[in-house]
Amino acid sequence: MMKRWQAVKRLLPLLAMFALVLSGCGREDLSVLRPQGPVAQGQLDLIKLSISIMVVVMVVVFAIAAYVLVKFRRKKGQDEVPEQVEGNFKLEVIWTAIPLLLVLILAVPTIQKVFAYDQIDWNDPEAVKVEVTGHQFWWEFYYPDHDIRTAQELVIPVGKKIAFQLKTNDVLHSFWVPSLGGKRDTNTEGTVNYLTLIADNENTYIGKCAELCGASHAYMEFRVKAVDDATFDAWVNAFKQPAVLPADTELAEKFRTNCLSCHAVGDQGGPIGPSLTGIGSRETIASILLNDISGAEGSKPVKDNLVEWLMDPQAVKPGNTMPDPKDLGFSDEEIEQIAEYLANYKLDY
Amino acid sequence: MTSHAEHVNGELPHEPEKATLEGRNKVLGFWLFLGGEAVLFGTLFATFLALRNQNNEGPTAGELFSLPITAVATLILLVSSLTSVFAIQAMHRHNVKSLINWLIVTVGLGLAFLGLEIYEFYEYIVHESFDMKTSAFSSAFYTLVGFHGAHVAFGVVWIGILIGQLYRKGLNVVTAPKVYVSAMYWHFIDVVWVFIFSVVYLLGKVA
Amino acid sequence: MAHAHAHGHSVKRYTGLMDWITTVDHKKIGILYLLAGAFFFGIGGIEAILIRIQLIKPMNDFVSAQVFNELITMHGTTMIFLGVMPIIFALMNAIIPLQIGARDVAFPFLNSLGFWTFLFGGLLLNLSWIMGGAPDAGWTAYTPLSSTEYSTTRGVDFYTIGLQIAGLGTLIGGINFLVTIITMRAPGMSFMRMPMFTWTAFITSAMILFAFPAITVGLVLLSFDRLLGANFFDVASGGNPVLWQHIFWIFGHPEVYILILPAFGIISEVIPTFSRKRLFGYSSMVFATILIAFLGFMVWAHHMFTTGLGPVANALFSIATMLIAVPTGIKIFNWLFTMWGGQIRFTSANLFAIGFVPTFVMGGVTGVMLASAPADFQFHDTYFVVAHFHYVIVGGLVFGLFSGLHYWWPKMFGRILDERLGKWTFWTFAIGFHLTFFVQHFLGLLGMQRRIVSYLPNQHFDTLNLISTIGAFLMGVGVILFLVNVVLTTKKPAGVANDPWEDGRTLEWSIPSPPPEYNFKQIPLVRGIDAFWKEKMAGNKGMTPAEPVGPIHMPSPSILPFVMSVGLFIAGLGFMFSTEDFSNAFMSLIFNKYIVMIVGLVITFAAMVARSLYDDHGYHIEVEELEEEGKA
Repeated sequence: MMKRWQAVKRLLPLLAMFALVLSGCGREDLSVLRPQGPVAQGQLDLIKLSISIMVVVMVVVFAIAAYVLVKFRRKKGQDEVPEQVEGNFKLEVIWTAIPLLLVLILAVPTIQKVFAYDQIDWNDPEAVKVEVTGHQFWWEFYYPDHDIRTAQELVIPVGKKIAFQLKTNDVLHSFWVPSLGGKRDTNTEGTVNYLTLIADNENTYIGKCAELCGASHAYMEFRVKAVDDATFDAWVNAFKQPAVLPADTELAEKFRTNCLSCHAVGDQGGPIGPSLTGIGSRETIASILLNDISGAEGSKPVKDNLVEWLMDPQAVKPGNTMPDPKDLGFSDEEIEQIAEYLANYKLDY
Repeated sequence: MTSHAEHVNGELPHEPEKATLEGRNKVLGFWLFLGGEAVLFGTLFATFLALRNQNNEGPTAGELFSLPITAVATLILLVSSLTSVFAIQAMHRHNVKSLINWLIVTVGLGLAFLGLEIYEFYEYIVHESFDMKTSAFSSAFYTLVGFHGAHVAFGVVWIGILIGQLYRKGLNVVTAPKVYVSAMYWHFIDVVWVFIFSVVYLLGKVA
Repeated sequence: MAHAHAHGHSVKRYTGLMDWITTVDHKKIGILYLLAGAFFFGIGGIEAILIRIQLIKPMNDFVSAQVFNELITMHGTTMIFLGVMPIIFALMNAIIPLQIGARDVAFPFLNSLGFWTFLFGGLLLNLSWIMGGAPDAGWTAYTPLSSTEYSTTRGVDFYTIGLQIAGLGTLIGGINFLVTIITMRAPGMSFMRMPMFTWTAFITSAMILFAFPAITVGLVLLSFDRLLGANFFDVASGGNPVLWQHIFWIFGHPEVYILILPAFGIISEVIPTFSRKRLFGYSSMVFATILIAFLGFMVWAHHMFTTGLGPVANALFSIATMLIAVPTGIKIFNWLFTMWGGQIRFTSANLFAIGFVPTFVMGGVTGVMLASAPADFQFHDTYFVVAHFHYVIVGGLVFGLFSGLHYWWPKMFGRILDERLGKWTFWTFAIGFHLTFFVQHFLGLLGMQRRIVSYLPNQHFDTLNLISTIGAFLMGVGVILFLVNVVLTTKKPAGVANDPWEDGRTLEWSIPSPPPEYNFKQIPLVRGIDAFWKEKMAGNKGMTPAEPVGPIHMPSPSILPFVMSVGLFIAGLGFMFSTEDFSNAFMSLIFNKYIVMIVGLVITFAAMVARSLYDDHGYHIEVEELEEEGKA
């Protein structure tokens, strides 16, 4: 009996190690454990501090527990009544005071960082401003300084403060880029939130929605592309180029009347659905169909992903609000053509 | 019946509501229940305070409320609290007749209050197009004041039934705790109303 | 006085099913709570297994996204409100009156009412599965997702109305135990001589009293929004969704302590018994319990750090939350030092109690980590949080409940659960538990958010999720072993000794197992803490009676609580479907005109009036009957 207990006690940390080794510290573009900016770094430092304190606590408790369980087992024929100890004032003071002290040690950096990461940089002229709006189930990014409204893929300059204003168009979502910093909810009008993040390195980071928002909550991802200043400016320029419509005028007309009533390309169309400007150079379609430009495992050519999406949007993202193109009168062939057109609609930057 | 009541009266202690363990439990349990009720109304008040300026282009508190009517309602309810005190005093004197009479007055005042409240709601809904759906303010108003009104209505029915029981069974160690806790309940909803009058009506009119 | 009334009344006593429906005996109501709790725990468990099957591999399509959201919502709601709460109430009902030396609870009738309203509320909520879809907005039902605009089925209505009715039952139960513990203690049992389980039940009941009315209001507001077109959470008309979060967590956080405190109490009974030592630092345990309860009401906004309450609020709530670690730490060390110098026996009950300590410490330390708001920005709504609260609720509370069930089973049913199977239950459940939830800490840190139906491959999530699912199955095996144990044990003959563990310390072990319906033939005189142990040590065979043998007054059984609950059930259904478009004219008439709702309320109120009009004189068990039973 006891043997089994001890065996498991010994196995537990082993198991923990096993899990750790298996996973490593996760992906550079996704894991909290591999921070890519000062905010995420600061938060990880706090996590490390708290986990160190907690490991100490656990070691003490486990050690006492192990000792007690081995030493004070009832032996065969042990019949005398053990001493009935009421308590021990000194001991009790010690285990009240020490946790209090540990809490204080953790409280000081906590308070410092609470104020540091809740600072609002929206009016900082140095900061790049982005208005983030959550939609079921996609992300809208508006750059008020550049009058650019894009979706799903946020492009930011490396090393600069990015000041976000966060709100929602429908239900609550939560804006989270783990490798850049902690999340913040996108609330309704009147309780708008602000958040500042900085990316240290050029890379494309994965962002996620962290608040249950409906059927496709799991699929409400986005990408944050951190680029150098020159590339960022090039992107802004490229984005501002006039819209490119399908070459075929008949298809262009159909695209204009059906798709552009909600979506935008360049200077045309509406803001109800995600902007399609330069969709051909994004890393994903509908945020979970990976395009081969990302080089990720399991990715497909942009056009294939677009066809998959347009043929049956509900199959990719259940509960999304886009009408089925087939219900709008698009034939399979036309969907192919639209996909072809969008796949080739790239931004040069 | 009366003879039975008198017979029991003869054995009754000064505070018949606390003569038995059952009675004492009932009174204590009811105090605790009122503690829970206080949290309930506290949450409703908090909700109302959070939403009271959200009139969504509908009528505001200042446009809507008429203090004279609510002042009369307040007066009625305060007096009814007083009459229920008289009822309990009569109970402690073992004067069943006076007890019943004071309870009848209390119920009557409660009904008058309810009448005023129904009239008020009717005016708002029919003439001011101010109903549950108008705004966040209207929802919070009707829920808070309506919850209180429902409590008054429940109290009126409850005390009404107790009056019947007092007629039939007289005052004894079973009926006394019931009367006592109903009086506690009545004071509680009276206190809640004082808060409603201040927070909803006065504050609404002033702000 | 009551005695005088009871003479000359013959009371109808029921048998079979009617006996169970009409019973006001706290021991039977305890068994009813246990059965109902086990039933709902089973449903919640099946939901959990389905969730884990869906997540066993990336992009799995075992269930649809909609069904998955219904599963997670119902798993959380069912486990919290309908699974563990009633099992806590089962043990409280079965044990508290015995521990304080009482013949019954203060309000036997209300006790029965509390059970039936809870049961019918729970049934109503679960009917959603077969009546058009379960709630799908998470157990937290955040608005606007839970509004009619975004949650279009009746699901959330089942949630609001079902929980409202079930919550009423819990509130009634809480008041009942408060009064019972305040007024019904045996002579000599001062507050500071009460067993620790009684203390925690007392504090938990107080927390129920002050926390549940908040959710009552919250549910009213949400159901008014959905069914009456009110605008509490509708932004377009001036409502405020964050208000819901505040109301929900002002209830929701105390609820967590409502759940865990009784488990603390159970552990504080089991460990001393099987260490043959009194509880170390009893007064600091009491003090810590009260402090935890107090702080429990001050920390609700730590569930809302990412809502954006501003740095001042976040800082305050961070510190308040961290402070809870202090009284909790006191408890942990007191348990360890209760065992220190004792003679520990590794019974199944004690295995769960000992297993509780390190497991709960692990859940506790992640709790402190979460309390740090800037770190929580990363943890919040990820699998790290899922791991944390399962460590405290399963590793803490459920371990505690298993411990309590193994410990008190002989007292409740007169039979000891099979120890060999009990140990197998512990090992499978405990190993399965750690497999399931330990890895989830890492899933969260690697970037896996909670409540997701699926995930893309290549995110380092796959293996950890597979391990987690395997663990969940192992936990399932543990629960099944427990059920097998229960079935096998029930077939064995009853009749264990009064004190089957031989080291019982508190009053419940001084009377037969199971106790007679009146519990104590003579109310005992309590001469110190651990009253029964004290007498045993003084060489006495049993407790010294505080009264001579006399006729015992018992309350009459009543069907009225059952009827009232059925009425509420009907009224709830009626209200819920009042906005439904029926194709059938008759259905439209009875639902849309509120006829069904009114009929239900009339049934409930009629039963209340009947209760008021017809005095319950109860009946007496005469001395001769007592002597008779004593011989048999």
